Amino acid sequence: MKKMQLKFMMLLGGLLVSTLSAAEYGMNLRKGVTEFSETAFGLHTFTLWICIVIGIIVFGAMIFSIFAHRRSKGAKADQFDHSLTAEVIWTVIPILILVVIAVPATKALIKMENPTTDDGKRLAMDMTIKVTGYQWKWKYDYMDEGISFISSLDRDHDLARQKGSGVDVTTIENYLLEVDNPLVIPVDTNIRFLLTADDVIHAWWVPDFGWKRDAIPGFVNEAWTNVQTPGTYRGQCAELCGKDHGFMPIVVEAVSKEDYAKWVADQKGEQEVEAQMVDTEWTKDQLMAKGEEVYNTQCAACHQATGAGMPPAFPALAGSALVNGDPAAQIDLILNGKPGTAMQAFGNILSETDIAAAITYTRNSFGNTAGDVVQPATVKSMKQ
Amino acid sequence: MSQDITHDEVAHDHHDHDHKPKGFVKRWLMTTNHKDIGTLYLVFALAMFMVGGAMAMIIRLELFQPGLQFVEPAFFNQMTTMHALVMIFGAVMPAFVGLANWMIPMMIGAPDMALPRMNNWSFWILPFAFTMLLATLFMPGGAPAGGWTMYPPLVLQGGHNVGFLVFAVHMMGISSIMGAINVIATIMNMRAPNLGYLNMPLFVWTWLITAFLLIAVMPVLAGAVTMILTDRYFDTSFFNAAGGGDPVLFQHIFWFFGHPEVYIMILPAFGIISEIIPTFARKPLFGYVSMVYATAAIAFLSFIVWAHHMFSVGMPLGGSLYFMYATMMIAVPTGVKIFNWVGTMWRGSMTFETPMLFSLAFVVLFTIGGFSGVMMALAPVDLQYHDTYFIVAHFHYVLVTGAVYAIIAGAYYWLPKWSGHMYNERLGKIHFWWSTISVNVLFFPQHFLGLAGMPRRIPDYSTQFAEFNMMSSIGGFAFGLAQVLFVYIVWKTVRGGEKATAQVWEGAKGLEWTVPSPAPHHTFSEFGPVDLSKLANGEKFSILSDIDEKDDKQK
Repeated sequence: MKKMQLKFMMLLGGLLVSTLSAAEYGMNLRKGVTEFSETAFGLHTFTLWICIVIGIIVFGAMIFSIFAHRRSKGAKADQFDHSLTAEVIWTVIPILILVVIAVPATKALIKMENPTTDDGKRLAMDMTIKVTGYQWKWKYDYMDEGISFISSLDRDHDLARQKGSGVDVTTIENYLLEVDNPLVIPVDTNIRFLLTADDVIHAWWVPDFGWKRDAIPGFVNEAWTNVQTPGTYRGQCAELCGKDHGFMPIVVEAVSKEDYAKWVADQKGEQEVEAQMVDTEWTKDQLMAKGEEVYNTQCAACHQATGAGMPPAFPALAGSALVNGDPAAQIDLILNGKPGTAMQAFGNILSETDIAAAITYTRNSFGNTAGDVVQPATVKSMKQ
Repeated sequence: MSQDITHDEVAHDHHDHDHKPKGFVKRWLMTTNHKDIGTLYLVFALAMFMVGGAMAMIIRLELFQPGLQFVEPAFFNQMTTMHALVMIFGAVMPAFVGLANWMIPMMIGAPDMALPRMNNWSFWILPFAFTMLLATLFMPGGAPAGGWTMYPPLVLQGGHNVGFLVFAVHMMGISSIMGAINVIATIMNMRAPNLGYLNMPLFVWTWLITAFLLIAVMPVLAGAVTMILTDRYFDTSFFNAAGGGDPVLFQHIFWFFGHPEVYIMILPAFGIISEIIPTFARKPLFGYVSMVYATAAIAFLSFIVWAHHMFSVGMPLGGSLYFMYATMMIAVPTGVKIFNWVGTMWRGSMTFETPMLFSLAFVVLFTIGGFSGVMMALAPVDLQYHDTYFIVAHFHYVLVTGAVYAIIAGAYYWLPKWSGHMYNERLGKIHFWWSTISVNVLFFPQHFLGLAGMPRRIPDYSTQFAEFNMMSSIGGFAFGLAQVLFVYIVWKTVRGGEKATAQVWEGAKGLEWTVPSPAPHHTFSEFGPVDLSKLANGEKFSILSDIDEKDDKQK
């Protein structure tokens, strides 16, 4: 018996010690890089310590009782069965403790939801980014600059994470937390995020910013941040959104205002080139090459790199009547999606060039023999 | 008094020929006996506990290392979804109903449940419900994979498992509602005539309150899943934004069910612990009346806190603040319970048989789950904790080391009464220490994972989370194995072992200990007053019995 009590003590002690030491070894909440995340961290630490103190008192009393008031030590049972004083004390004290916690929590929440300047005016936002969740990627629209792009899991990470890939994932830096196109933001800027989704509910979460917010189809949610320190901040989708929920990371690069301005200029230039490409005539080889790339990043998660799909949820493209039939029907499906399934309306997500290339690729791969070429201009005309 | 003695003797007389129906079909399929139905519920719950546990093993196996080694992400999501549904609706809830069936009539001096045929029906629905639910695993497209919370629009992508899921939930709901009606009818109408509400053992009280919760919220769940069904098959748009519906509405309805649901799974556990600790401390439960009030207060609060599951969904500032304050208030009555249990131990004369060990571990580990609960009540910090492994750690502390520990404690405590044999104390203790150490290795590191930023419900993770996941998986395998030992111990005890006395535990109080072990097929078959001095709380609040005595004198 003695041994067991010792073990029990050691276990409890171990739990407490591990809680404390974990804080030092970075297994605690992140302090983050925004005012809000630091407030949240402070509240977390404050409440954790209150819990630890209460735990020591309650478990201490219990452990003392377990050792002192045991029959093997000849303890005789008292027969008292209530004490109004004790009960009043242990009702009132917890209420007071809760009030002490609730006050800073209320202040923090007000600051998050209703940000104001020091003189009480509503805090002005310097720029707005719209975040749209898709299965399983994010789309970012810079509302003021007219820039927009898709951000999805980096291709190398995506290949490595496949079952049976043979890749030792521990050798990959930031495994599963790398994207093809990161979100770039300027530091020291009040940024408003508008969050929504186009298929199912997602949640946009960067721990270093201190919050997550659901992206819900049909709703526009709002949140804001102001990052002081330049750096790369990583996060993930936090709301179960289907098969590849674990594989839609978020990468935010906070850069100086000058670098941001340069980046914006570059993006605008690229988007102009892209727009011109739509109206040019593409060769089959060009379309096939681009199509393979688009297919592998946008389509392969469901329809598989081999085009075999995962029936019945995700139909095969190899030998599909649709893919081998009239191109107009395929273009229509890809532009508008199929309601009630995971097939999205890609008209909002991809450029006309990307769609044309991906369609051309599927019609001439996986043993499909449609043999024809779909030009970006055709997609553009069907979109309008 | 004299009637009671007669009663015991009658029970003894019947010990060897207690009219058990002959033949498997008559005995089990057609039974209306509360003890047999209780056994059916408990066996079913144990079977589902193993099925749900096997799913948990698959989850922990895949999460043992980063990278995908064993299952595809789609199947992983089916496992997390089914694990939750099976454990909640198949293991924990039926186990409590089984305990209620066995113990409530014996604790209040009733011959059986008030509605025995409905009792039979409410059990026999369950195997069909779970056959339907588990069958989806073998269908094209697989089982539901949108989480046990069934949030649309994701759940609607599930193909035809949606229909199976909805009808299975309907059947479980019907079963639970009938079980709850039966518990209420029994407690209100079938108590021995001199047994007042405040004489009832706390297990009976907590179940009475739980039954009201069940009746209040199971229809709400039924409504929510019915709207899912019509959205899926009849082109309605209750939750489809494109059709004018509202996906957030589902979450409000679901959690209006879901939050009371978590108390449905913990209030009877409080009852069990409140029976066991006084027995092994040889001391009356501290603050019986405040325990009853605290239970009622928790039940009331459970209805007005649901949106604390939804802080990140986005709601007005006032809404967030209200739900934060209301949630924090739950800590007060829950704290009262913890303190009262410690007060019961204080200056007692404790011994540490297996049920007591599990109960003590319950008090400590449930409190740890309570601490993380208070932390998550804080809306501004919940925006970090929400949907991470921190919440996974939290609800497993309150459900595994809370609800499941209480069920196991109750099983050890009453098994001698049910089977007539003592379980093997040494094996029981091994089971306890093995479980308690492994369950902490399993769930405690998950706090760290969540704080460090690992989202829940993901099949693969960044390499920074590797160490704690491996630790957690090792704990998981060990904990799973420990429960196989539990099944063995129960099996051995049912088959044979040292004969148990009627009293079983030296310090035990309550009417169930006045009947022989094993409890005969029919107990308290003659309606009449019981010996209140045998109850833990029989003589303190004897207003009703005073009236009865006056009535008797007048006659």
